[in-house]
Amino acid sequence: MSEHATPHDHDDGHHEGAHDGVDAIHVTLKGYLTGFTAAAFLTILPFWLVMSGAFSKTGPADAFILLLAAVQIVVHMVYFLHLNAKSEGGWNMLALIFTIVLVVITLSGSIWVMYHLNQNMMPSMMKNVQNLP
Amino acid sequence: MTFQHPDLTKLLFGRLTLDAIPYHEPILIVTFIGVAIGAAAVLGLITYYRKWGYLWHEWFTSVDHKKIGIMYIVLALVMLLRGFADALMMRAQQAVAFGPHEGYLPAEHYDQIFTAHGTIMIFFVAMPFITGLINFVMPLQIGSRDVAFPFLNNFSYWMTVAGAILVMASLFIGSFARTGWLAYPPLSEIATSPDSGVDYWIWGLQIAGVGTTLSGINMIATIVKMRAPGMTMMKMPIFTWTALCANVLIVAAFPVLTATLALLTLDRYAGTHFFTNDLGGNYMMYVNLIWVWGHPEVYILVLPAFGVFSEVTSTFSRKRLFGYASMVYATVVITVLSYLVWLHHFFTMGSGASVNSFFGITTMIISIPTGAKIFNWMFTMYRGRIVFDVPMLWVVAFIVTFAIGGMTGVLLAVPPADFALHNSLFLIAHFHNVIIGGVLFGMFAGVNYWFPKAFGFRLDAFWGKVSFWFWVVGFYFAFMPLYLLGLMGVTRRLRHFDDPSLQIWFEIAAFGAVLILIGIAAMIVQIAVSIMRRDQLRDGSGDIWHGRTLEWSTSSPPPPYNFAFTPVVHDVDTWWQMKQHHWRRPVQGFLPIHMPKNTGTGVYLAVLSFIFGFAMVWYMWLLAAVSFVAVLAVGIHHTFNYNRDYYITADEVSRVEAARVGA
Amino acid sequence: MSDMTMTASGDGAQEALTFHVIDDRHPENGTLLGFWLYLMSDCLVFACLFATYGVLGREYAGGPSAKEVLELPIVAVNTTLLLLSSITYGFAVLEMQVNRRGPMMAWLIVTWLLGAGFITLELTEFAHLVSIGAGPQRSAFLSSFFTLVGTHGLHVTCGLIWMIVLLVQVGKKGLTHANKRRLMCLSMFWHFLDVVWVGVFSFVYLMGVLS
Repeated sequence: MSEHATPHDHDDGHHEGAHDGVDAIHVTLKGYLTGFTAAAFLTILPFWLVMSGAFSKTGPADAFILLLAAVQIVVHMVYFLHLNAKSEGGWNMLALIFTIVLVVITLSGSIWVMYHLNQNMMPSMMKNVQNLP
Repeated sequence: MTFQHPDLTKLLFGRLTLDAIPYHEPILIVTFIGVAIGAAAVLGLITYYRKWGYLWHEWFTSVDHKKIGIMYIVLALVMLLRGFADALMMRAQQAVAFGPHEGYLPAEHYDQIFTAHGTIMIFFVAMPFITGLINFVMPLQIGSRDVAFPFLNNFSYWMTVAGAILVMASLFIGSFARTGWLAYPPLSEIATSPDSGVDYWIWGLQIAGVGTTLSGINMIATIVKMRAPGMTMMKMPIFTWTALCANVLIVAAFPVLTATLALLTLDRYAGTHFFTNDLGGNYMMYVNLIWVWGHPEVYILVLPAFGVFSEVTSTFSRKRLFGYASMVYATVVITVLSYLVWLHHFFTMGSGASVNSFFGITTMIISIPTGAKIFNWMFTMYRGRIVFDVPMLWVVAFIVTFAIGGMTGVLLAVPPADFALHNSLFLIAHFHNVIIGGVLFGMFAGVNYWFPKAFGFRLDAFWGKVSFWFWVVGFYFAFMPLYLLGLMGVTRRLRHFDDPSLQIWFEIAAFGAVLILIGIAAMIVQIAVSIMRRDQLRDGSGDIWHGRTLEWSTSSPPPPYNFAFTPVVHDVDTWWQMKQHHWRRPVQGFLPIHMPKNTGTGVYLAVLSFIFGFAMVWYMWLLAAVSFVAVLAVGIHHTFNYNRDYYITADEVSRVEAARVGA
Repeated sequence: MSDMTMTASGDGAQEALTFHVIDDRHPENGTLLGFWLYLMSDCLVFACLFATYGVLGREYAGGPSAKEVLELPIVAVNTTLLLLSSITYGFAVLEMQVNRRGPMMAWLIVTWLLGAGFITLELTEFAHLVSIGAGPQRSAFLSSFFTLVGTHGLHVTCGLIWMIVLLVQVGKKGLTHANKRRLMCLSMFWHFLDVVWVGVFSFVYLMGVLS
């Protein structure tokens, strides 16, 4: 292997690209179109349901909207972000799962804690309790 | 300074006026004179010995993890002096301020002192200390040549420095926050804290926080991607495992701090109502969110200390660490569980029995893996051939001290008990017990342990032992009385007391603080004496303690490229195994080594960030806008530089390796 | 290349263990993983903002409510723009993979225009709200609404700036490995922002209109 005594722009690719995983991501047109179609459907459906007034009660409607959102997020992750259990040796998936667990803890934990805190405040704050979604 | 156009003054200087300089406070004037003389001396000496070029090229612009690690620890030690000065002042005030004696610190000064003490100790002593140690040691332990993102590493360091300088600036221009180290609203809102104090706190932490979060990403990527061949996860040194988990916590927790501080900033600057008393704000949400960050933060601090203890215990007991796998599992369990306990910091805020019991139980559960670790350390020592050099002394002091602190923690975890003890001196004693006994003792052990690796000579053992004894005895005198006072009902953050029967305890605590002061002085002497006697304290072999992990296979100090070869790993205690197999390092056949170049961009970005922070504190909107745009411009300009590396020639490598005597 | 193999002396039957190898070592590049980790941290920032909206999102303080203030037609258009921009970025990546620089840059510009459209619409929405007295200072609900949606918009704006910088860099240097890595990072960033938007339009707008 030849020696390089002078600094040079290391962008000529003979080392760099081989190990950076860019080429390992397999992107296909079919993948994108499938993802797009699914995402579009999962967007149009809740919008139409809400805007047309089809939902009358908020409780189950909220749950349904959030469910569709969760599914669409998975669609984005798989088809646009190319998430799979193998990318980066499984570390991407592990990091994502860890993050999701923390997000769930932070969101549900905060809402649960704040609900109870508000409930135990003086009566003038009672309206806060009713105001949580 | 009068302009004819008052609008121009306001545009340029915001709310900064000459009144911001505290002429009327003798303590600050004296401090300023002291700092000015000290700074003049340091800068003068550097100039006299013409070392600016050396400092800039070899240290400030370095992307070498070893140098950055050392600079982090230097920052931590300097800020320790500032934070400890605050502690001494508080102890002095509390020891004398009884009955008719008001003490020497007025309330509005005292409140800044306890706020600054906590903020500085956590963010600018403990965090840089662990970051520095991880920076220096971890890449060597995994057989790597640097971290995954060397420039980002340098940038992270300088952002931490910028945050520290911003907080220090509050001493002489304006004032610091008076809210306690977490700046709870509604006190920290603009209506009740309109001056520069809380703003200094916010921007100092946000700027440093950028550095910390990026550093977390950097270290995780390094450990995941750059381990030597054969080093599977379960063959990593235990310190590297704790470094990984601590940095996972950093990446997972600091965004919460960033977001929460941003919301407080919006309340203060843009008139929003997240945490205000009116228009729908709910300040309990701040307390909730800040502790979602705050609890993982303390595990960020302590896990690397646990890692140090594991390494030191096994090395100085001449034994493999007992229960490596269970140590790893315990560390991972602690990492996950640290997210499920945060409410124990505000049991008394009123979430009720069901919520409090849940978090009380999780808090008690999290003590179990830590307990398992302590048993593993003791089993490692059992039947080992223990050498009580300075690092091992710190380990023993840690085991005793941290166990006590942990037990008082479990006591506090019981909500009904906490209702009596929350925000009492019992709480203060508990967390100082675990942070000093755990984190700080761990850092001192780590510094004494790895100093010879970093500098080629060891720290003087005599002065190390002197500092050890004064620190440990001082700690117990300073904090055990606080447990008693807390049980007697004394609240934290008080500057004056009416009950004279309490005074003796505060006097004992002040005595303890003086002992610690001597301990710190002894550390400074230790460093000075070690430098003066470095030839007698020289480590030529690179393996002064007969270590077990890869960093001890390098010279002391290691060459810039760390390893001239790629280590191949088969066992957890890699270096120990290499020695058992009488491995000899190669002395020929070297190839050119690819290295990243130094750069000043990190310094420039941090300076501009500091200017931005300062401008925001003082409402100097024009300067803020200009510096912000400059940060973006310099950052984007940096991305146009594709020429960031160079090669060390094979000849140079051969020369360096040949020059290494001893091993 | 030298390859040192040492056998343990005097230890009986031990296999020969290699403890080092001298090679042109280039560890795997960590940029994509590092950027993914950054995105995870950003996820947590948004989680806090969502949590804050979840807790404060009905604190109207006697002011405008969610139902009164949120306009679904604009949001529907915005969502369409962002979703389309995700797929146009996908097309850009497809061109990048076969090294067709021109078409790649064209798709990137289309993505930019869609993103810019999103931001413009969002800014007009915000301006309108402020003009009718429903600005972020009016109530905790509005503070959290503006902050959550605005932070997302700020991220999109940063993405747009980054896109311009990358277009210039690809224009100058071509589709080098470094530039391809950067394009993949921006791709991850852009799709991630669409993921966050799914949360926003569901949790804030759709549920808000129903409340």
